[in-house]
Amino acid sequence: MTSLALTRDRIARVRPGPALAALLIAAFLLLFLVVPVVQVIFVAFQDKTTGAFTLVNFADFFQNDLFMRSFGNSFYVSAMSVVVASLLALPLAYLTTRFEFRGSVLIQSLGIIPLIMPPFIGAVAMQLLFGRNGSVNLLLRDHFGFSIPFMEGLNGVIFVQSIHYFPFILINLSASLKNIDRAMEESAQNLGCHGFRLFRRIVFPLAMPGYVAGASLVFIKVFDDLGTPLLLNVNDMLAPQAYLRISSIGIADPMGYVISVVLIACSLLALWVSALAMRGKDYATVQRGGGGLAKRRLKPLEMVAAYGIVLLILVLVLAPHVGLGLLSFATIWSFSPLPDAFTLKHYHTVFSESGQYITNTLLYASLAALLDVVIGTAIAYLVLRTKLPGRQWLDYIAMAALAVPGVVLGIGYLRSFYGVPMPFTGQPLSNFWLILVFALAIRRLPYALRACTAALQQVSSSLEEAAENLGATKLRTVGRIVVPLMSGGILAGFVTSFATAAVELSATIMLVHSQSDAPLAYGLYVYMQSAAGRGPGAALGIFAVIIVGLGTYLSHVVIERGRRDRGQDH
Amino acid sequence: MLRTSRNLRNAAAALGVLLLSGTAAFAQDASGKLVIVTSFPKDMTTAFQQAYQKANPKVTVEILNRNTNAGVKYLQETASNNGVDLFWASAPDAFEVLKGAGLLQPYKPKVEGIPEKVGAYPVNDPEGMYAGFAASGYGIMWNSRYMKANDLPIPKEWADLTKPAYYDHVAISAPSRSGTTHLTIETILQGEGWEKGWRTNKEMAGNYRTITERSFGVPDGVNSGAFGVGIVIDFFALSSQASGFPVEFVYPTVTTIVPANVGVVKNAPNKAAAEGFVDFLLSPKGQEVLLEPAIRRLPVNPVTYEKAPAGYPNPFKDKSLGSQVNFDVNVSQARYNVVDALFDQLVTFQLDDLKAATQAIHKAEAALAKKPNDKAKALLGEARDLVAAMPVTAEQAADPQLAGAFTVERKSAKDAVPERQAQVEQKWAAFAKENYANARKKADEAAALAR
Repeated sequence: MTSLALTRDRIARVRPGPALAALLIAAFLLLFLVVPVVQVIFVAFQDKTTGAFTLVNFADFFQNDLFMRSFGNSFYVSAMSVVVASLLALPLAYLTTRFEFRGSVLIQSLGIIPLIMPPFIGAVAMQLLFGRNGSVNLLLRDHFGFSIPFMEGLNGVIFVQSIHYFPFILINLSASLKNIDRAMEESAQNLGCHGFRLFRRIVFPLAMPGYVAGASLVFIKVFDDLGTPLLLNVNDMLAPQAYLRISSIGIADPMGYVISVVLIACSLLALWVSALAMRGKDYATVQRGGGGLAKRRLKPLEMVAAYGIVLLILVLVLAPHVGLGLLSFATIWSFSPLPDAFTLKHYHTVFSESGQYITNTLLYASLAALLDVVIGTAIAYLVLRTKLPGRQWLDYIAMAALAVPGVVLGIGYLRSFYGVPMPFTGQPLSNFWLILVFALAIRRLPYALRACTAALQQVSSSLEEAAENLGATKLRTVGRIVVPLMSGGILAGFVTSFATAAVELSATIMLVHSQSDAPLAYGLYVYMQSAAGRGPGAALGIFAVIIVGLGTYLSHVVIERGRRDRGQDH
Repeated sequence: MLRTSRNLRNAAAALGVLLLSGTAAFAQDASGKLVIVTSFPKDMTTAFQQAYQKANPKVTVEILNRNTNAGVKYLQETASNNGVDLFWASAPDAFEVLKGAGLLQPYKPKVEGIPEKVGAYPVNDPEGMYAGFAASGYGIMWNSRYMKANDLPIPKEWADLTKPAYYDHVAISAPSRSGTTHLTIETILQGEGWEKGWRTNKEMAGNYRTITERSFGVPDGVNSGAFGVGIVIDFFALSSQASGFPVEFVYPTVTTIVPANVGVVKNAPNKAAAEGFVDFLLSPKGQEVLLEPAIRRLPVNPVTYEKAPAGYPNPFKDKSLGSQVNFDVNVSQARYNVVDALFDQLVTFQLDDLKAATQAIHKAEAALAKKPNDKAKALLGEARDLVAAMPVTAEQAADPQLAGAFTVERKSAKDAVPERQAQVEQKWAAFAKENYANARKKADEAAALAR
């Protein structure tokens, strides 16, 4: 009886608006994530001979040395990447948000650039610079007689991955640091807390939501990433094993799908652990969200040290871009520290051949990112601010997208939508370019979602209550109070989604059905498959970096201006 | 906007076809959109696209670039509503898969003068489902700067690559990932026999620096100097050379010249244009495109070699090229998956252990050369045999029972499959791991005795 009453009570409290939003999102996730993926992974639970349900494939997985070794390697690489990425991100985030630092905006934008490097191209450039016979090691060997194994085996994967994904930590951590109530810091100082202790006991713990959001993303992303280990020829990790199984043994082999299921399970586990770590803690600060820590000037000596650290990190982080830049101007670059000669020829080739790739990319990635922040904000709001039953599941399902290998999603889309003809033209639905946008949006939704959740976690609900007490409707409160206060996080989500969608390849490659609809990453892939295409490929990569970098910087400027106009800047 | 205009254009083209087909004189003329799925690099496809469109201005060629496996999968997944006219790729076995799945339709090219065989390999599919348009052979490619800096001798034969000098300098792509490498491995197995062939393969593998996932990963690494020597298909090396990279290439005696193929897809929307494209590929004009510096493949039309630059390999004149091995497609087909899985389990995924054993053997060998010792020599021989040992014989590899564990399709619930693939693989991997560890131990003992 009581339970029934409770349910009725719960139902009574559900408002129609949020419920409708939740239903729409659930339908979208179901149609474009769950159904296609289930279409593919049910094979993991199928007996190869009879087609009956079985778990024997999982037993095979856990009895197989190679898979177990891959499992261990994936775990090790992901954990180490989080450590290295934190070492890169912490100083940048801390210095730029806490001190008067010239060019903070520039550093923050530069720090995002690694994300827009397609991993496989980044790895090519890193090999040329840091590989066994890369520039650095050739010089070291010639002059000092030794070399450093940056890129040997798992080291290489950790190195490339942490440089590639550390912006996840940087962006989310910076957003968190900016949102910390200055009063907290001031009270601590009044009570006599200073320096590193202040950072360790007050600032960092308050920025925890951002850090954990970023770190868990890095972990999961590295755990699932395919391109980098493949390009570095490290095969004994889980994601490459799944890909190799599916694409070389065939669609009916169950082991590839078993690994996919394991990947998905591990990612969900990582998310659950990070949620557990955050549970029971209140990170919201009452003051308006846009405040941020007091910025102070550095003493001259500190200034030198700080610039030194920032420069060092930037050089390291931008190394792939420098390598790519050199490659795009190089005639021949073979077994030498620098290319033999330089030319503009490759840019000419790209200009004359590949304009379509660039416009397509801009269109697809911005639509996908827009879709992501809208859905991400909605889910964050539903989860944190409503009592809708099952609302957590929206979050879980959306995050699960992170764990679905692009190839699996691509094959799933082909299977689900190929048979459906489009209205009017009669062409298969999977050939429609918007399907590609949906695939990109689904694959990048987790980034936007985590950023939006972290942002909303820091907005105190008392602000909304205040607005409602003053007579604002729920919708108006969301539009005028919540979303503007979340704008930093939403922007971070948009930028990450946009930048990474612009260079995503693994689902794209399954879904592109004609060259005129192909995005840039596909063009890069095609160029990079031939000896003469290396230069033009690198030039196209540089275009990608510039376009997305510019977009990032512009949106940053726009948001900063918006903040200033609303008087949120100090 | 773009979409609409394209659809309009398509509609107009379709209308044009309708009108034209009414007029008998133009019935043979190809027009409209021609969709080609291919694994060939952009340099090559663009050159052919331009040449073909110049000759047939009414046809718009649309190229879809996929690697061979993804291309096959794409055709399989989309067969219900096929929009592709041609499949155009290297590996003959990919065409065999498509043929087996009934996804191709026969077409007999109209061009005359194409020989029956190139090397020992038939140019065309006997049932006419696909046609060879260019030949390629497998060989060894190296980076001259790298070789000079590391003081390495120039290799000529596969056996050269088993020498200690090349330790950690050689690369190959995994046969399970690259149809071309599979053929290289299979050629060595057929040329030298199952046992000896695997010994050569594994002794070479002991010197591998890496095993790449893409075929192009190997020439790419040799070009940039990441490793010195690569086992590649000829055109990768020839086109790299033509792009200016300091690389060289040689065909070993045991090699197979294999045709790269083109096939008309079943229910092709634009059959006329597809067939026209096949004929164009084989015509003198199309064959000449193959000689372009960025492409560099061997034409199947012997006439075209008259226009080739000096020193261009000609399998129709140079009888040593690819004629050593009488490549048996049926033998290859019967054990295709088994060979791939064996290579993966014994070599690719055990590379570190295999290399450690190989290095120990090299060291012991060097020590023995200085100070001969009979017992050590015997131990070293045992170590070598352990490395070369195979978990299955040639007969077992061709056994449909074993192949059954690897077949992609489940025919019926009654078909008994003795073991699951994952089980078989685990057994092989354990076999290799143990043998390599023992080989290393024996080689270390031998070295200690000779010290």
